[in-house]
Amino acid sequence: MKLHERTAHDLLDLLKDGQTTPAEIHRSVLGQINEHDDKVHAYLRVNPAESADYSGTQPIPIAIKDNMCMEDLETTCASQILKGFRSPYDATVIRKLKESGAVLIGNTNMDEFAFGSSTENSSSGVTRNPWGLDRVPGGSSGGSAAAVAANEAIWAIGSDTGGSIRQPAAFCGVVGLKPTYGRVSRYGLIAFASSLDQIGPFTKDVTDSALLLNIIAGHDPLDSTSADVPVPDYTRALVNDVKGLKIGMPREYFVDGMDPEVKAAIEQVKTVLQDKGATFVDVSLPHTEYAVATYYIVGTAEASSNLARFDGVQYGQRRRPAETRKNPLVDMYEETRDAGFGPETKRRIILGTYSLSSGYYDAYYLRALKVRTLIKNDLEKAFEQVDAIITPTSPTTAFKIGERSADPLAMYLSDIFTIPANLSGMPAVSMPCGFSGEGLPIGLQIVTKAFDEEMLFRVAYTYEQNTDWHTKRVEL
Amino acid sequence: MTTGSQTEFETVIGLEVHVQLSTQTKMFCGCRNVFGSAPNTNVCPVCMGLPGSLPVVNREALRYAVRIGLALNCEINRYIKFDRKNYYYPDCPKNYQISQFDMPICYGGHLHIPVGDGQLKKIGITRAHLEEDAGKLVHAEDASLVDFNRTGTPLLEIVSEPDLRDPQEAYDYLQNLKLAISYLDVSDCDMEKGSLRCDANVSIRPAGSTAFGTKTELKNMNSFKAVRAALEYEISRQHKVVLAGEEVIQETRLWDENKLRTASMRSKEEAHDYRYFPDPDLVPFTLADSEIEAARTALPELPEAKFQRFLKDYALTEYDAGIIIQDRGMADFFESCAGIFDDYKKICNWLNGSVLQAINERKTTIAQLDISPEKLTDLIKKVDDGTISNLVAKDVFLKMLDSGKDASAIIEEEGLAQVSDEGELEGIVDALVTDNPQVVEQIQSGQEKAIGFLVGQAMKKTQGKANPKMIRELITRRLSNG
Repeated sequence: MKLHERTAHDLLDLLKDGQTTPAEIHRSVLGQINEHDDKVHAYLRVNPAESADYSGTQPIPIAIKDNMCMEDLETTCASQILKGFRSPYDATVIRKLKESGAVLIGNTNMDEFAFGSSTENSSSGVTRNPWGLDRVPGGSSGGSAAAVAANEAIWAIGSDTGGSIRQPAAFCGVVGLKPTYGRVSRYGLIAFASSLDQIGPFTKDVTDSALLLNIIAGHDPLDSTSADVPVPDYTRALVNDVKGLKIGMPREYFVDGMDPEVKAAIEQVKTVLQDKGATFVDVSLPHTEYAVATYYIVGTAEASSNLARFDGVQYGQRRRPAETRKNPLVDMYEETRDAGFGPETKRRIILGTYSLSSGYYDAYYLRALKVRTLIKNDLEKAFEQVDAIITPTSPTTAFKIGERSADPLAMYLSDIFTIPANLSGMPAVSMPCGFSGEGLPIGLQIVTKAFDEEMLFRVAYTYEQNTDWHTKRVEL
Repeated sequence: MTTGSQTEFETVIGLEVHVQLSTQTKMFCGCRNVFGSAPNTNVCPVCMGLPGSLPVVNREALRYAVRIGLALNCEINRYIKFDRKNYYYPDCPKNYQISQFDMPICYGGHLHIPVGDGQLKKIGITRAHLEEDAGKLVHAEDASLVDFNRTGTPLLEIVSEPDLRDPQEAYDYLQNLKLAISYLDVSDCDMEKGSLRCDANVSIRPAGSTAFGTKTELKNMNSFKAVRAALEYEISRQHKVVLAGEEVIQETRLWDENKLRTASMRSKEEAHDYRYFPDPDLVPFTLADSEIEAARTALPELPEAKFQRFLKDYALTEYDAGIIIQDRGMADFFESCAGIFDDYKKICNWLNGSVLQAINERKTTIAQLDISPEKLTDLIKKVDDGTISNLVAKDVFLKMLDSGKDASAIIEEEGLAQVSDEGELEGIVDALVTDNPQVVEQIQSGQEKAIGFLVGQAMKKTQGKANPKMIRELITRRLSNG
């Protein structure tokens, strides 16, 4: 296996044994990017090799989604409005990665401001799924998922607001973890929806996921929403044993419209875990059908306010109106935002502004907050009965580029399985659990209760140790 | 609608006062909270609203707000929640202000104002909520510049009930509000520096009516006097509008200090929809009862109570006590003096006279003046025991301030002690009687006031060192002896 195809824990072992060097690993990854990224387009920009520092303890090449502030490169959220923006500070996650000795390869493509499920909403072109170049990689962290799947990074960082790590992980056949809300600091993550956003790792296997979470997790005094809860060593939770565990498959999730191949793959997961001693319990999440609507109200409301700061005054792209229409200031705001934002971003700002407006607030935003509580209660009740819940990550495998871009609602509905974990704050992971007849990866989602990432890793690791999906590497 | 010149109107005024809290750091970041630095030097990603930055509540600001709330007899909300107020303006870098919407930290308080004859009127305080201040726009010829130093300064907005009935009441409310806050060490309360700002809501209605008239909101007043003047102007403007059979329009009006008038800024139709919603970056939390009780226990004696106590304990006049309590430092100084020397009236005269004058002239505070209660009472005693005259004492006082020396040293060094030697003074009186036969005649004919002239002459001759009391006695004795 080539160096860039290996996992981080594998490479760390090789480094320890003196069988390779950080520079060699870095060169191997950069070589892969040079060779294949013109096809995949996972990266928006790549750090020059000569700037790398290999002196840290874990000098593993990592890709960063383009919505985390770092001093080294521009941070644009794949938007024209932030073109040229160079943050004067590092996000807490970036600081922690640097402290671990990580080699930051570059910034990956994404849906503009993380608005999307396909990475087609990037202002810098689409990213292609390494398992089928005519397919989307999923989104919004499609670039990070594709980079890891294409072996253009050993591992990567993404953000997940409604499934933006897990769904692209599923589409690209890698492991994508959304930790518990508050587990990883959001300081320096350019916010989409502050109460839903969470940073997490993309990796080639579950062990790497635990290793990378070890690096980035922890309380941050700069983020009031980060939890002051002790961080365990997650690698200790990597136990190949689910004996006696109760696992739920919510009956509301297995309804019409699900791809039969996806359904069959999840049934297979059940068999594997049962063989290892887990018991399956029927659970109900009765408010599931409201999750998508709730998410798109809460998420867009917060986004409409979070994105207000992109106005051309301090940073990013500013338009200078040629003539005065309303007044010079308002004209500047309007033209800057009109030119700088893409159509999906505008759509979400308008939706969110509407639901917060006087006269609509109670009917939309306030009601959505109430339903959000019901959805959370559903999950909490389910976790009184079970240790983990398993579902497909997405009802389908990766769809074709352009296939759904004309129908935003169909695109929104594909987030149905991933959204509840964001609304409830609970941790969830997506990992490969098979391939479709067309050779496209299928994703398994595991959800556990808040701050129980250890249970998540235990179930995921057991499944992984008893299957070999994680050993598959794509041929580009 | 009631018209006609005989219609009596009642005025209804409510005030919104913004107080900048003098915490060490800003409301949501660690930047220094100071006034007067070079533009954009006390800034960081958080107060500049840079992408990805997040706010963290300054606990000191909460404590300050609780302190003010308790001093204004408010209830304190244990549940601390912040909301976003969304609006676009370049001095607001996030294009939303973090504020408190439906759960202000303080609510339901009151403040007293004097309404004559020692009577007090209770003015309700609806609420006081915490928020962050905006930056400052500087308009150059072809561009506008933003200074973000002020952005994120903790502000407490104190909203009164519409209980004020005329501009003077509004003025008195502001005076007493500022006075109460100044006792708490939580704000400079300096309108010139903008650490205290006031907007006024005003409407008129036919006397006896309980419904409110249409209000206007007045902004841009830079002093309490300006608030009073703006209200006077606006009330008379509203009278004219109503008497002309027209309706007052609900709008924001700006006070023009030069033209002494208000002018329309924006009407209700143009009013913002601020789209308030809970700030998801700040998780609500609860203040412990113990924290609030500790703040209550730590409250100093407030001006109103101090005023009453000074009347009672020191038998001061309302006028004297009213001046002394205007400054907590001065009131404390008074009490220290009163513990050493028991002529409270004399202490008061000194404090409200020479001391206050020196403070004003030197633009300083009692604490910074080089004078202690011991030194001042020592000086007053020197007048009392006849060592120096009151006139000389004022001069000695200024010399004490400049040199830091005590009164005895200055009197000794400069030979300022009064001449109380009877022989020496008799000589002076003899000369005066001889030199001023006409005055002597006047005195002898019963015009006792003329004695004062001779005393004055004696003081002049001795450069103020003659003991005026003795001089007067000597003159009286001499003339009555024929």
